Amino acid sequence: MPYPNAFKYTKEHEWIKADGKSATIGITDHAQEALGDIVFVELPKVGAEIQKGKTFGSVESVKAVSDLYAPASGTVTAVNGELTTAPEKINKEAHEAWLIKITLKDPGELNLLLPAADYEKFVAEEV
Amino acid sequence: MPAAEATINTVRKTALNAVHRKLGAKMVDFNGWDMSVEYPSAGGIIAEHNAVRTSVGIFDVSHMGDIRLSGRDALAAVQHISMNDASRLAVGQAQYSALLYPQGTFVDDVVVHRLGDADYLLVINAGTREKDVSWVRDNTARFDCKVENLSDDFTQIAIQGPKGVELLQKLTDADLSAVKFYWLTRGTVCGLHDTLIARTGYTGEDGFEIYIPSDEETSTRIWNEIFDAGKEFGVVPCGLGSRNTLRLEAKLPLYGHEISDTINVLEAGLDRFCKMDKPDFLGRNALEKSRLAGVTRTLVGLEMIERGIARDGYRVLDEAGREIGYVTSGSYAPFLKKNIALAYVPPELGTIGSTVKVEIRGQGVSAQVVPTPFYKRPKKT
Repeated sequence: MPYPNAFKYTKEHEWIKADGKSATIGITDHAQEALGDIVFVELPKVGAEIQKGKTFGSVESVKAVSDLYAPASGTVTAVNGELTTAPEKINKEAHEAWLIKITLKDPGELNLLLPAADYEKFVAEEV
Repeated sequence: MPAAEATINTVRKTALNAVHRKLGAKMVDFNGWDMSVEYPSAGGIIAEHNAVRTSVGIFDVSHMGDIRLSGRDALAAVQHISMNDASRLAVGQAQYSALLYPQGTFVDDVVVHRLGDADYLLVINAGTREKDVSWVRDNTARFDCKVENLSDDFTQIAIQGPKGVELLQKLTDADLSAVKFYWLTRGTVCGLHDTLIARTGYTGEDGFEIYIPSDEETSTRIWNEIFDAGKEFGVVPCGLGSRNTLRLEAKLPLYGHEISDTINVLEAGLDRFCKMDKPDFLGRNALEKSRLAGVTRTLVGLEMIERGIARDGYRVLDEAGREIGYVTSGSYAPFLKKNIALAYVPPELGTIGSTVKVEIRGQGVSAQVVPTPFYKRPKKT
């Protein structure tokens, strides 16, 4: 699966797509593949503050629990409620099935993240 | 998301290792064995699990160990080291049992197969192989009985699910309809004469386990023939991931989780497999005392009421937040589509219908004590 150039990536396998001060966050296709069948997601509430590098929730597959790490700091403006009842959407389309939307505290933080090509290389080397 | 865990030093492989890798299995280190956890090409754990519940799946369980006891005193030796009553076994019959320490806790759980008049095969867990073998040798030394470690002699393939019997019947001359659950027979399987075929398994479903020579060529050929014969039933290869969720739904214990060297038979609720009226056996005295004294914890089934998945080792709390026990196994249950767990709690707090909390990432999440097994296969009509 191609990693969209419009996204930035973390080494913890989250993606973030910014549009001005607002941004959308999800996990990467590599992450969903490594996890296997995703059966549970725990996400913050609208209005919650998330902090770059800190956990903001978790995803669980049948076998494993995985923390989610914030690619950037900000305030949660929307949560993908669909994932509560249909977490398997992440397996189907990891780059479409977003987790949360935030208002970025500092859009400059995204410059520190990996562009698609670098992330792809990182994933290839990790295996 | 944490980085993928690093791979490890020397691991043991079954004869089917290359087959699993060719199928694109995700591999894990399981008790020192390089085993398949799931096959994304087959749809992954949930698809594998549901295939076994509704049709058929095949597992490589060659990591399991095998100890044969034979000779004049074989029955007496088996009786001495195991808790079930092996004298009740007819030739060709098997029983669930366990090897116990003198304090009534578990060396391992086993399936005892009676192969002949004075000939028994104990199928043991992978993680406890070496310990079990030396323990059996030590504790049967005074009997006139030969103890053989056959663990590396067999490739063991489990064919599990309601269509398992039809699948295997295509490949053998043995009349499988005449083999009842927990009985065994011998027959030609895929041209292999005198193959041990047992109607046993670890999934809560009907099914068979066959024991074939452990060379790579034979193992691969038989696996592939089973796979091909199963295509009409939609057979899928299954890994340890679905093996675990299947056995959890059926409340079959896993060594190191529901049973261990610090948990006794009564706590684990396995006393129906422990025959106190048979001749003396290791662990009996301690269990007699434990029965009189009563147990302080008991294994119960939990179903999550609030959102969350209980995992192995999570703490169980009462409504006031006091720690009362711990989770031994917990998962999303793919067939039941619920989040279930097994846990040890004090008996008075573990009555069916009572509610407890499971501590998940610092939060108490409500769960209810429910009857077990969570899943029971439908009776044949």
